[in-house]
Amino acid sequence: MADVAIRFKDVSKWFGKLKVLSDINLAVVAGEVVVVCGPSGSGKSTLIRCVNGLEGIQGGDLVVLGESIARPGVSMSGLRTRVGMVFQSFNLFPHMTVLQNITLAPVKVRGLGAAEAEKTARALLERVRIPDKADHYPANLSGGQQQRVAIARALAMQPKIMLFDEPTSALDPEMINEVLDVMTDLAKDGMTMMVVTHEMGFARRVAHRVVFMDEGRVVEEATPEAFFAAARSDRAKEFLSKILSH
Amino acid sequence: MLDFGVIVSNFRFLIVQGLFGLGGFAGGTLRLAIPAIALGFVLGIFIGLARLARSRWLSLPATLYVEFFRGVPLVMVIFWIWFIIPQLLRLPIPEYGVALTAFVIFEAAYFGEIVRAGIQSVPRGQVEAATAVGLTGAQTMRFVVLPQAIRNMVPALVTQMIVLFKDTSLASIIGYVDLTKAAQIVNNREIKPFELYLFIAIVYFIFTYSMSRFARRFERRPTAA
Repeated sequence: MADVAIRFKDVSKWFGKLKVLSDINLAVVAGEVVVVCGPSGSGKSTLIRCVNGLEGIQGGDLVVLGESIARPGVSMSGLRTRVGMVFQSFNLFPHMTVLQNITLAPVKVRGLGAAEAEKTARALLERVRIPDKADHYPANLSGGQQQRVAIARALAMQPKIMLFDEPTSALDPEMINEVLDVMTDLAKDGMTMMVVTHEMGFARRVAHRVVFMDEGRVVEEATPEAFFAAARSDRAKEFLSKILSH
Repeated sequence: MLDFGVIVSNFRFLIVQGLFGLGGFAGGTLRLAIPAIALGFVLGIFIGLARLARSRWLSLPATLYVEFFRGVPLVMVIFWIWFIIPQLLRLPIPEYGVALTAFVIFEAAYFGEIVRAGIQSVPRGQVEAATAVGLTGAQTMRFVVLPQAIRNMVPALVTQMIVLFKDTSLASIIGYVDLTKAAQIVNNREIKPFELYLFIAIVYFIFTYSMSRFARRFERRPTAA
C-alpha cells in the first residue's frame, strides 16, 4: 500500500443549514492524479478547498500528509506550504510582475533569499513554458499564460500536493491545452494532484482515478477507462451524456 | 477698479502667517492641513481595519466611531475640544492643538470609511490565493490587499483630502489665523473684500488642483486583474 497523501474520513460540511458535503470517504495516495467531476453545486470545489483549509469541515476527519486538519490549533500555514492550489480565476496579484508573484511566498514564508527565489522562479517559468514573461504584469498576459504563472506560483513553494479548481474553465478554448499540457507534465513527474475539471479528455489521458460527485456525495469512483466506458450510476451516465454529446 | 496693491502690501501676513503659519499668531493653513491629513489617514487605516475585523470588540467600537463623527458637524467637534476638554483635564490647550486634534478625530472617520471600502473592493480570490501559498493574515493584508486597496482608494482619498484642506478655514472660529482668517483680518482694516477673497480663492485652488493632478498620476498605473 502506497503512502496516503490525503484521506477523507466521513467528512461533512454545512454552509449554514445547507449540507454541502455528506460523509465523504476518499483516499488519495502519493503520486496519484484524481479528477473530481460532477454537476455544478455538487460540492467538488468545496471538497478540494477543504484539503488546504480554505474551507473548514464540521464532521469527520481529514488527514493531509499525515496531519489531521480537523483538529483545532493545527498549523494551517505550515500545511499550506505543502499543498499548492490553482484557481479557476487565476487570482494572480495584479500589482506585481510575474516574477514578484512567484517569489512573494518563497521569500516571505519560506525565508528564501531574493536571488535564490528568483532563480527558482525563472526555472519554474521555463517549466511552464513562458520564460520570457518574467517582468510582465498579469494584465498583459493571456488567460492561458496567467494560469501557467499561477501554477508556477504554487510550485514555487515546492508542494507535495497540487489542487486544481477548474483551472481551464475561464479560458478561451485555444488556451486550454497549453494549461493542460503543463498539468500533464506535472502528473508525469509524480505530483499528487486533485483536479476539479470538466476536461474529460484530460481525465481519460492523465487521471489514475475519476471521482464523480453529486449533491455533496461521492457517487462513484473508478479508473477513467471504467468510468467513461461504463459508468455504474444513472446520475453519472446522465452527466456524461450531457458533457460528452458535443 | 480692483486694487491688488492690498495683496502686495499684506503679502507677508497672508502667506507667511495665513498659509504657512510662521507669523506671530497660532495659525497656518498648511501647518494644520498637512499633519491633519497624515495623522487622520493613519488613524483612518486602523479604524477601517477595525471595522472589518472579525472580532466584535474591534468592529463595533469602530463602527460607532465612524457613525458618530460622520453624524456631527466639524464645528461642533472643534468647540468641544476648545471648551470641554480643557475643563475636564484642567489644563489649557492651545489653538493649534485644539484644531489639529479636532481635524484628526473628525477626518479619521471619513478616511476609515474610504479604507474599508477600498479593502472590500479587492476581490476575495486575492485573499484566497495569498492564503493558499501560506501567507499569514497580516502578510496577506500588507503585501496583497493593501497595495491594491490603496490604489482603488486614491480618488476618494484625494477628494477627502481636498475637503479637509478647505475645511481648515473652520479653525478660524477659535481664533486660529489660517489663510481665510488672515484675509478677514486684513479686510477688516483695508476693506478690499473682492481683491482679498479672490486672492485666497486662487491660493486654495492652486493647492487643491495640484492634489487632483497628483492623484491622477497614480490612477493611470496598471491595475486590471
